[in-house]
Amino acid sequence: MRARGIGAFVASLVVLALCPLFVGDFFLSALLTQAIWLGLVALSLVFLAGFGGMVSLAQVGLFGVAGFTYANLVLADGGVETAWNPWPAAIVALIVATAVGLVLGAVASRSTGIYFLMITLAFGVIIQFFFEKVNQLSGFGGVNGIDRPDIVSAPRTDPDNIYYISLVVALVVFLLVKYVTRTPFGVALQGVRDDPMRMRALGYNVELHRIAAFGFAAFVAGVAGILFVWWSTRIDPGNVNIGAILDALVVAVIGGLFRLEGAWVGAIAFVVLDNYTRDLGFVGPQFNTLIGLVFLVIVLLSPGGLLGIWAIVRDYVRRRAGGGSAGGPPAPAEPSIAEPGTS
Amino acid sequence: MVEHADTAAVRTVRLQTAQALVGRWTARVVIFVVGGLFLGWIAFKGAENPRLFLTVGLNAFTLAGLYFVVASGFTLIFGLMRVVNMAHGSFFLLGGYISLQFTRELGWPWPAALAVSCAWVALFGLFIQQAFLRWTQGQELRQALITIAISIILADQMLREFGGTAVDPGRPAILDYQVPLHFFGVSYAFPRFFILFMAVGVGLALYFWLRHTRMGMVIRAGVDDRQMVSALGINIQLVFAIAFMVGSALAAFAGFLYGFTGSYLPGVDTAFLLNSLIVVIIGGMGSLGGAAIGALLLAVVDSFSDVYLIFGDTNWTNYSILLTFLLLVFVLAVRPLGLFGRPS
Repeated sequence: MRARGIGAFVASLVVLALCPLFVGDFFLSALLTQAIWLGLVALSLVFLAGFGGMVSLAQVGLFGVAGFTYANLVLADGGVETAWNPWPAAIVALIVATAVGLVLGAVASRSTGIYFLMITLAFGVIIQFFFEKVNQLSGFGGVNGIDRPDIVSAPRTDPDNIYYISLVVALVVFLLVKYVTRTPFGVALQGVRDDPMRMRALGYNVELHRIAAFGFAAFVAGVAGILFVWWSTRIDPGNVNIGAILDALVVAVIGGLFRLEGAWVGAIAFVVLDNYTRDLGFVGPQFNTLIGLVFLVIVLLSPGGLLGIWAIVRDYVRRRAGGGSAGGPPAPAEPSIAEPGTS
Repeated sequence: MVEHADTAAVRTVRLQTAQALVGRWTARVVIFVVGGLFLGWIAFKGAENPRLFLTVGLNAFTLAGLYFVVASGFTLIFGLMRVVNMAHGSFFLLGGYISLQFTRELGWPWPAALAVSCAWVALFGLFIQQAFLRWTQGQELRQALITIAISIILADQMLREFGGTAVDPGRPAILDYQVPLHFFGVSYAFPRFFILFMAVGVGLALYFWLRHTRMGMVIRAGVDDRQMVSALGINIQLVFAIAFMVGSALAAFAGFLYGFTGSYLPGVDTAFLLNSLIVVIIGGMGSLGGAAIGALLLAVVDSFSDVYLIFGDTNWTNYSILLTFLLLVFVLAVRPLGLFGRPS
């Protein structure tokens, strides 16, 4: 089971690494690269939801904080007139995003469940309104022509570089998140998710764990924000509006809110739907209705998302094939979507 | 030995209590200082230009009225069913668009159009509740996600139906006049007073309904202990359905009132969902009085910071959204469940 999981992981990595050889530029840039940074935003949400029991809608806002900070620090049209080297700018942007995340986390850390959802949604929308109104930093038009490190080159004409960079960065961040979930901190965080009261009684500082997790997730979302501005070379408040906030949520839920890999499964499903359903007559410009319906169906039928459906199908097939008793160890139960943080 | 351990434990507990007290008091002091500075600044600026002050103050109160009507529906639904209706902003905008359709396309008088749009949105809310929320009861997060999905679909369909440009519904002719106030020669638009009257009316009606009728009694009992109420032979599902309809109708009603001062366009749904969220987070989820206080606080901060954040030559009004955020932060720092919130 585990070996097979690693095999599938390596195989998909090899396929992804070879992709630029046999897919077109449009597919590479508009689908795969977009899916990578979108999945990274969703990953920060899945990490918080699955391991901390905190479904946060502020991740896109933090993604935007990193993106806008970077855009304002380097050479660009609009925003503050500074012209830093892209590398220190990226590092500072990540630090700012993490710091903002820690502050927001400190405010929201005493809330759980839907209270947390509402408060973080308020954070996300406030961040959008902030950048919309503050013309010095962005304003409605956003920041355009954002400078990038030389290694990124021009993402429009030469999409290979940004694709490989995104892939490697996403892989590193994914492994980092995976690692963090196995550290004592990550395990304690899962304890906080399951039973905050008991963890408190055991002497853990519940709020501090939540805040630290939120800060870490803000870092992950910030990395996605940097990749995004490298990829699109522009950012405006529309990139962090309620639509974008909900897109990230949809991606995470479609993939499965409780599995880290699900973030990219959801992201790929999302960008494929986004790019290939607009040509269908009955969808046309009403893409959001379609995505809303898909989201609704997923939430109603399979709280585990596509990975949850896959697990159900796999178990069913295995039961039919193996005659019931012969199969391996029983598959872990999918956590219920209502479970975390309903204190 | 045992006695020694006990005293150590007692000492730790005392220390923690003292720390909690210190923390709470610092938070309170900070709030009073910041609130005092804010009020002092308003008073200082107000004395400079009393006419402006009066107008902005009235704006704040009438805006609070609108916020209250939206948030009261939201908090009613949450208080009873523990459903966070993320589609509440969409219901708000939908109600506005529907009443506009009836007055503009069909030429109906506005009270009739208002009644129809409230009824329509109430029935739509009933459908949502029966089809999606009834059988997912108790799964709060899942219900929130369901209503988010509905809000995505509604926003897109409204965009298709009514277009993406701002539509100004105008004001009913009978209400559209200025009221002379006889203070500093200020006159003020009656439609805004009308919003405030309606908000007070809604507040009183809800209060009477919840406090002095049999059904209100059942609802309040349901808020405290749903299972016990149904065990007593009361059809709680019927009560849920009615409360959801009333909450949705209130959103539509507020959507209509909003048309007096604003235009309908995509994005208004989000803005008012955010307003409702902030109002109930500040006031405490499920509390009507909390919604009133929250609406007032949010409206005061909104209205005054949009005008009074000018210090000499530096104009900080762009940053006014940060004050809203600070309001949220301060309230949550002292009371994580809001001013009137109770743990479930």
